[in-house]
Order: sequence, then structure tokens, then C-alpha cells
Amino acid sequence: MNQLFSRMPPLAAAALAALLAFVFAVVFMEQESDVAVISLLALGAVAAWGAGRVGLSRRVSAAAATRPGAVAALGGAVALGLLAVFAEDHFPLLMLSTVMLYATVALGLNVQFGYTGVVNFAGAAFFGIGAYTAAELVGRTALPPILVLPLGGLIAAVVGLVLVVPVVRTRGHYAAVVTIAFSVLFKTFLEVNDTLGGPQGLSVAPLSLFGWSFGEGPEILGISASFYLNYALAALAVLALAFVMVRRLERSWIGLSLDAVRLDETASACYGIGIRRSKILAFVVGNLVIGTAGALYGSMLGYIAPTSFTFSDSLILVAIVLLGGMGSPWGTVFAAAIVVILPEKLQAIQEYRFLLFSVVVMAILLFRPEGLLPRAVRRYMPAPKEVAR
Amino acid sequence: MMQVETALALDTLGLPITPERLLDIQGLAKSFGGVRALNDVSFSLGRGEILGLIGPNGSGKTTSFNVLTGLYRPDGGKILFDGADITGNSPQAVYRAGIARTFQRSRLCLELSIFDNIMVGNHARLNHGLMFNLFQRKAFRLEVESALAEATELAASFSPNLAAAMFEPVGALPMIERRRIEICRALISRPKLLLLDEPSAGMTHDETHQLMDDILAVRERQGGLSIIIIEHEMGVIERVSDHCVVLNYGEKIAEGSYQDIASDRLVQEAYLGSEVGR
Ligand SMILES: Nc1ncnc2c1ncn2[C@@H]1O[C@H](COP(=O)(O)OP(=O)(O)O)[C@@H](O)[C@H]1O
Ligand SMILES: [Mg+2]
Repeated sequence: MNQLFSRMPPLAAAALAALLAFVFAVVFMEQESDVAVISLLALGAVAAWGAGRVGLSRRVSAAAATRPGAVAALGGAVALGLLAVFAEDHFPLLMLSTVMLYATVALGLNVQFGYTGVVNFAGAAFFGIGAYTAAELVGRTALPPILVLPLGGLIAAVVGLVLVVPVVRTRGHYAAVVTIAFSVLFKTFLEVNDTLGGPQGLSVAPLSLFGWSFGEGPEILGISASFYLNYALAALAVLALAFVMVRRLERSWIGLSLDAVRLDETASACYGIGIRRSKILAFVVGNLVIGTAGALYGSMLGYIAPTSFTFSDSLILVAIVLLGGMGSPWGTVFAAAIVVILPEKLQAIQEYRFLLFSVVVMAILLFRPEGLLPRAVRRYMPAPKEVAR
Repeated sequence: MMQVETALALDTLGLPITPERLLDIQGLAKSFGGVRALNDVSFSLGRGEILGLIGPNGSGKTTSFNVLTGLYRPDGGKILFDGADITGNSPQAVYRAGIARTFQRSRLCLELSIFDNIMVGNHARLNHGLMFNLFQRKAFRLEVESALAEATELAASFSPNLAAAMFEPVGALPMIERRRIEICRALISRPKLLLLDEPSAGMTHDETHQLMDDILAVRERQGGLSIIIIEHEMGVIERVSDHCVVLNYGEKIAEGSYQDIASDRLVQEAYLGSEVGR
């Protein structure tokens, strides 16, 4: 067994892993009973452990190092495959879209504290700013989504500038307190603001693109798909774009500077790296990504309220980053899937999910601080083939 | 080579241009609360010179580096570097002016690779434009390849093991290799002045010897790098320095060649009972 996998070409191993993940996800999404879900989870955990034992995981990591583009394409193919399988079903599509948008948000948070060490406990607030921006823009203007989404990001980034001074000037815990305060204030602001719907929230008109409304399910090959398919495809596009840009950022001199600022501000300053400049860049870029995802999320839900963007939601977003592994884009996507899907599938834990996530986060910090899929050493370009050996 | 040319150059009146001093520190002062870490310290450094900065523990050696590199703002005094007043400049500006340093307690990014750590020191020579880094990936790749070749060559002049492991995290390496990486990080940008803060700390006698030889060899190749070295190991100071400055309680108590200061009574008294007096 061991021999079999350790000789397998890395890309073939990655394709095999992608196929297994796809099949697992399809079966998992179709389960209804708690017993079946728990059994499948156990099976998945054993399979992941087994993949490590027989050397499959190492081959997949090698593929990610030597052929990052191809591995990313495999990830995209798995997502597209899942959307195709569930094309007619509202609920699974909504769940998959939520996973992809939460993963996008967590990628933005990763730029902020995974790379740069700028803590942000107001992720859900910036997500909400994107959603409310979409609600206002789609309701009052005929802007195409291609503009509504980045505008959501832009407004989130601009509002974020309010926090730049405290976030940039001081260290960790202070930024934490300030962003927590912002998170709480944001919800209160929404609740007392009547033009934004107050505590009841507001409805968001469906996006439309060239006269094609996202509110109607498309007919594809004789299948009448759920209207959520529109949003799922858009979410996949947003995630893919964020993923590619965050990876490029990480694999660049800028990404190196961000890491250096997180790890040692004094040494960074002595080698010419602008500390404030780096932190502002990370904070703005992160909020841009978060707000863009929020704009799409708001239009997809069709109805948004202050309770969707609370401090607890911000904590869940932070938990995704920690669980996946700080600075690890693949880990982020994986963790987003776990954190979003698990409570939906296991009705038994839904009530206790905040408690459960707190326990999981503590366990991760104690026993596996590098996360489920730890970040790999930075390679600015695909690694040479020897690395795969 | 460069210096010989500078020294022989003539100005418009046909008089030889005297090579100005690279660094001129005048009356530098710095206090922390009641502690006078630096009190009216002055010294200067010629181009291509190696200056040994010595003194008992707590005498203000590291503080003088911290003030020089802009980490602390001096309470008084002036720092002239390469013809410009850099007093009170930010650490970033001091680095851009051509001063690179190592730290007494190693300050590497342990999670990052050897290559990453060396590239931190190369900041001034790399293109940090957003467009270039995110969208011109072909051009970016060429810059990475040439920087990698240069960093690998520099690392190889200290240790073949380093050159063979450029993408390994630094945290797994022994102390001596970390010191070497820190020095590569300082040298990669080809600074005019290198500040070494106790490079031998945590290393054996032979390792220190080897390290200094390697630094001198790189200096030879880069042509006329000036160095200020803080060092407790007197053998090292004797071997490499052209000139020494001795600090005690934040004041300069002696200056001169190693032989001069070694026979200085004040210096001997300052070191009496301290572990460095060997
Ligand atoms: N950041 C600081 N805050 C307070 N006191 C300091 C600081 N840095 C240095 N000192 C004090 O200044 C004096 C000189 O220290 P330092 O320059 O580190 O000495 P050396 O490097 O010669 O051993 C010591 O008394 C030290 O305690
Ligand atoms: Mg010291």
C-alpha cells in the first residue's frame, strides 16, 4: 500500500484525492439522520488519517507545491461538480454558496491576521457592510452585479478606515478590543437606523446581469435548476478570484513583508519595511475581500437583518481561520466547509454550536496550533520536480 | 578598488579630494529614565574601516546601535552618515541610506525559510509595487530567480548547508547557521556600513573565527564595506579591528588601536572583575 502511493505521480494523487473528496461530499450532503452524519464524519476522519499513513497526503502536498495551478483547478472542478449534482435543490446550493462565501471572508481575514498579525474581530460587521451596501444599491439602482459586488467591498474597506488609527498604531490586544467594540456598535447602529430597516432588517432585490435575473432558476440541458445556482456560480467565481489573488499576494515580496511585520516589527523596520503601511494595506485588502463576499451573500439571502452580522458571527469567522491553519488558503476553505455544514447537518448540535466552536478553537490552539492543513513554506514559484521525490 | 580611485580623484582646483569620513557621531546622548545609557559619545569611522566597539555589559554598546539605526531617538548629539545628517531618522530611512545590522539576540523570522529571511534584508532592491507583484507575474518570476541565485551564492560563501536548504524554515537550524543567515540578511543589500552586535554570542571559538573569516571574504568581494563590531571576544577584536572605541557607563573612556586600548589603565579598571577581562 505504502509503496503504491509513494510512487504515484503527485498530480494523479491529487486527482484521486479530489475524486474521493467529491464522492464523500455528495454522500455527506444527502444524509438526513444524525447517526448517518456522525458515522460518515468518523469515516472521513479515519480516511484522512489513512491517507496520511499510506503516503497519499504527502503526494498531494507535493502536487500542491509543484503544480499549484493544476491543484487549484481540481478544487474548482470538485466545486463545480457539487453544484451540478445539486443543481435542482435549493437547500444544498444555499449551503454550498454559504461555505464558499464564508471561505472568501476567511481568506480576507487571513490577509489581516494570518499574514500580517492585524487582529480583526469585526469580520461579520464588514461582511454586513457589504450586504447592506448591496441591499441599497440593488434596490435603488440598476447596477450590474459586476459593479455591486466590488462596491460592497469598497464601502467595507472605506468604513474600515475609521479603525485604521487604533488598529495600526498599537499591538494585538488593543486592536482586538477596538474591533470587538466596532462589531457590537455596528449591530446597534443597524438596529436603531430606520432607513436600514431597523431590527427587522430589509429585503434585497435579486441581482440581475444583462436582463437575466438571478432570482429565476436557469434552464440548463432540460433541467430547471434552482435560482440558487446563479448565486452558487457567482460565489464560486468570487471565491476563485479571492483565492488566486490572496495566493499571489502571499507569494510575492509584499506577502513576505506582511509576514515579517507579524513576526518581528523591529527587524522589519531595520530592513526598510513600512510597518503602518503594511498593516493598512492588509486591513484594507482584507475588508475589500470580506465586503465583496458580503454583497453577494446579502443578495443571495434576499433578506438581511442585524442578527445575521453579530459579534458571535465574527468569532465563527476567526474560528475558521484558526481551524484551517493561519495563512493556509486550502485550510481556510476546508475549515469553512466544516464550520458551515456541520451545524446544519447535525441538528443536535445547532443550539450548542457556539459552545462547540469555542471548545474546538481551544483544542486547536492547544494541540495543533498550525491548524488542520498547515501553511506550507512560501514558494514564490512552482517548486522544482525534485521536491516531489 | 573604489577607494583608491576616490582618493586619487582631483577636484576642480586640482587639489586631491580627501575621502570624507563615512560616519561621524558627535556628542550622542540617550537616557532611559535615570539611566544614562549614552553620555556625550563621539567617534568616527573612515570608509572601508573596521571599528571595534567594546566595553563591559550595560555600557551602552547596543544602545548606540539602536540610536544609530533609528530605533531610539537620541536626546542629544548628531549622526552624520555618508555626507548626510541622519540624526533621528526612521529605521527605514537609515536602512535606505545604507546601514544594515544584526542583533545581539538573534531576530530572525523562525517560521520563514532561509530565502525569505535573507530577502527581508533585500527590501531596498526589490520591486514592491502592487501591480508588479500581483499582475506582472512573469517579470516577478525573473526577479525571484535572480534574487534566489544571488542569495544562494551569498549563503554558500558562509555554509554549503545553507545554500542547499534555501526553502527550509530557519527555526529548525542550529545557532551558528542562524547567525550566518542574519549576516547574509544584512549583507544582501550591499550596505555601506554593517553593524554587528556580538556575532560570536552562543558560538565556539573556532566557529567565531570561521564566521569572521567568511565576513571578511565577502567584504573583500563587495569592495570596501565598513564595519562596526561589538564583541566580547577580545581575540576577535584584536584580529579584525583597525580601530577601537571603549565605552563604560555610557561614556567613551578610550579610543585607539587595539594595542593602545589593551594597555590603557582606565580600560583595564573598567574590565576588572568582569568576565570579559580574560
Ligand atoms: N529600552 C531600554 N529601556 C530601559 N533601559 C535600557 C533600554 N535599553 C538599554 N537600557 C539600559 O541602558 C544601559 C546600556 O545598555 P546596553 O546598550 O544594552 O548595554 P551593552 O550593549 O553595552 O551591554 C543598561 O543600563 C540598560 O539597562
Ligand atoms: Mg549589548
